[in-house]
Amino acid sequence: MISKESVAHVAELARLSFSEAELQQYTAQMDDILNMFEQLEAVDTTNVAPTTQSIHLQNVMRADEAVNETKTEDLFKNVPTYKGTLIQVPAIIDKEED
Amino acid sequence: MNFETTIGLEVHVELKTQSKMFSPSPVSYGAAPNTMTNVIDWGFPGVLPSINKGAYSYGIMVALALHAKIAEFTHFDRKNYFYPDNPKAYQITQAEQPLATDGWVEIEVDGKKKKIGIAELHVEEDAGKNQHEADGYSYVDLNRQGTPLVEIVSKPDIASPEEAYQYLEQLRQIVQFTGASDVKMEEGSMRVDTNLSVSPIGSDKWGTKTEIKNLNSFNHVRDGLAYEQKRQQAVLRAGGLIRQETRRWDVDKKETILMRVKEGADDYRYFPEPDLPPVHVTQEWIKDVQASLPEAPAQRRARYVNEWGIPEYDAGVLTQTLEMANFFEAAVAAGADAKQASNWLMGEVSGYLNAEHLELKDVALTPAHLAAMINLIQDGTISSKIAKKVFQEIIKNDTDPKAWVEQKGLVQLSDPAKLTPIITEILDNNQQSIDDFKAGKDRAIGFLVGNIMKQTRGKANPKVVNQILMTEIKKR
Repeated sequence: MISKESVAHVAELARLSFSEAELQQYTAQMDDILNMFEQLEAVDTTNVAPTTQSIHLQNVMRADEAVNETKTEDLFKNVPTYKGTLIQVPAIIDKEED
Repeated sequence: MNFETTIGLEVHVELKTQSKMFSPSPVSYGAAPNTMTNVIDWGFPGVLPSINKGAYSYGIMVALALHAKIAEFTHFDRKNYFYPDNPKAYQITQAEQPLATDGWVEIEVDGKKKKIGIAELHVEEDAGKNQHEADGYSYVDLNRQGTPLVEIVSKPDIASPEEAYQYLEQLRQIVQFTGASDVKMEEGSMRVDTNLSVSPIGSDKWGTKTEIKNLNSFNHVRDGLAYEQKRQQAVLRAGGLIRQETRRWDVDKKETILMRVKEGADDYRYFPEPDLPPVHVTQEWIKDVQASLPEAPAQRRARYVNEWGIPEYDAGVLTQTLEMANFFEAAVAAGADAKQASNWLMGEVSGYLNAEHLELKDVALTPAHLAAMINLIQDGTISSKIAKKVFQEIIKNDTDPKAWVEQKGLVQLSDPAKLTPIITEILDNNQQSIDDFKAGKDRAIGFLVGNIMKQTRGKANPKVVNQILMTEIKKR
């Protein structure tokens, strides 16, 4: 059973804010989803290697060749505010990510 | 109370590919903002990333150069976070099964050799760049978004700031010699994250570690870690506790300053990247990369010492950069005496580059010209004093030393038939010096040689001058 706190935590990580009523509603829904997935546990996987994929492909790669075909002005159609070709965002204070 | 220090280093190295890790947009440095990026880098709905095989091969190359074990089966994972430098809101990396594990780098501190273990190397993509401006906004350039990176994580073997410095220096050299990266701290193609903890000697528990940021050169790393080591020791001696926090190195104040206290582990919600099939690194692939792996700096040093009789220290200096090592070998190939070429590169050439803040690629000097100049000295055509003049010319201009020396009339005067009359004339005019010399005043010779050099405008061969001078004095 997933707790309301877990749902609230995941929501915060996803930058979503919910009202108390929404939180109740989504907790119940996520619980249903997880319960449905738990049915998979009935399958015996004793001799099955773990996988991260459901399709049997590997090494789908491309050669290291550069193609620059996207125009900056096309990309900027989805940029609400900018200066020259720089994307303008609210000031970022004192936070670095690797 | 005595303490021992444990340092961890995470080094990010940008791979020198044409295109990005998961998209075909070009990798570039210094292009106009947001002109080298595409819909995949921006994470538009419905786009499909693809793995750059060249980048992964470079990753394997770095792993091999660092003696690491390459994972046969791996996959990519998503690391989820929100930050404007990455519009996808996740970075594709290898969290569960890195490219390689268990490598090492050998360092030498105070004449003692030590192996520093590498826990793992993984391939991932870089983020864009933020710049903060006074107008109250930040600005984002996504050209760097998606640039292939290898992150190299050290084992907790580094026990002092000096060891950290040496580790970085060796790592930089080794990676540079593979050709997989430029490894330039100043251009951001090599970046270092550090953490440090201290604990009482003999303690079986690690101390609490702090992270130190803003270490933009190897010297800053050494200084920042040394400060932090002292600070933590002082806190513990005073009965205090170290908090898990991120501190920032202040270059001017030469101290670390608290940025933020870490509360709980970061929650990146890693999960396998659903858009990329897994990677299978076959033995054949590894063999191909191995075959293309250039000679490592340690092997080159050994060759210089064993084949060319270069002292070990000198060999170390020559292999500090790939550029220098290649220049040295090209000069030897062009016919220069190896020891002389080494002396010139370590002496005059390095001196000039340091004074002018230049790199070898920025000057006109070629290996062939250096070799030609060395040969002119060795066959007696020019004196070592004149050689310094020749050097000033060939480092600045693409000038053939032999032709230049002849044209400028700088060829050394070694013919006794020409030198003898000049010398006898000077002796005729300086009886006092001859008397002084015969009376045991050796300094008188210096005066006479000085006069001869003046007369020949520095072109007289000093060896020949000395011989003739002695013979002529004896005659008187």
